[in-house]
Amino acid sequence: MDAKQLYASLKKIQEPKGYHFNTDMDMTMPLLESLLTNKERFGYMACPCRLANGEYEEDKDIICPCVYREEDVREYGACYCALYVSKEYNDGSIEKKVVPERRPPEKILF
Amino acid sequence: MNDIKVYALSTCIHCRNAKKYLDECGVKYECVHVDELTGDERKQAVKAVKEVNPAVSFPTIVIKDKVIVGFHKDQIDKALKED
Repeated sequence: MDAKQLYASLKKIQEPKGYHFNTDMDMTMPLLESLLTNKERFGYMACPCRLANGEYEEDKDIICPCVYREEDVREYGACYCALYVSKEYNDGSIEKKVVPERRPPEKILF
Repeated sequence: MNDIKVYALSTCIHCRNAKKYLDECGVKYECVHVDELTGDERKQAVKAVKEVNPAVSFPTIVIKDKVIVGFHKDQIDKALKED
């Protein structure tokens, strides 16, 4: 699978839930490529913008889409890595901010 | 301007963009890709990040005594000007 195929398959699942891909393709495509890199590295698509432990059980909360996405998109219009965003984020009606990390640092084990 | 340190992840787009911006600013920096480290090296790096950024998030950019968490162009500009 390449990033384009991943884009197409995730779009079908995520858009009906109200999560849109960032229309800035200079962000979205590298992020999707990094998700595939992590899948190869760890066997699962850990968030590319977080330090994964490398063990499934220990990284469950950051497997994309991460458990923090819902709150982040609600509050900031974008998830932590800005792969998934709200409609308003994409149409420019809300300010694009850097999303602060919500994952507790204790989750990083090694 | 050799005392700029960037703690980054090789897969992170914000880290990549921040490094690109520092390159465009023409400054030299040392970059540590924490996700590529293992064992003690990794422990040391995580500890170093934690000291300046308790959230252990990336990029963590240290410009002299300024710590910039995440890719904030304005904060980078400000810290570089004070250099």
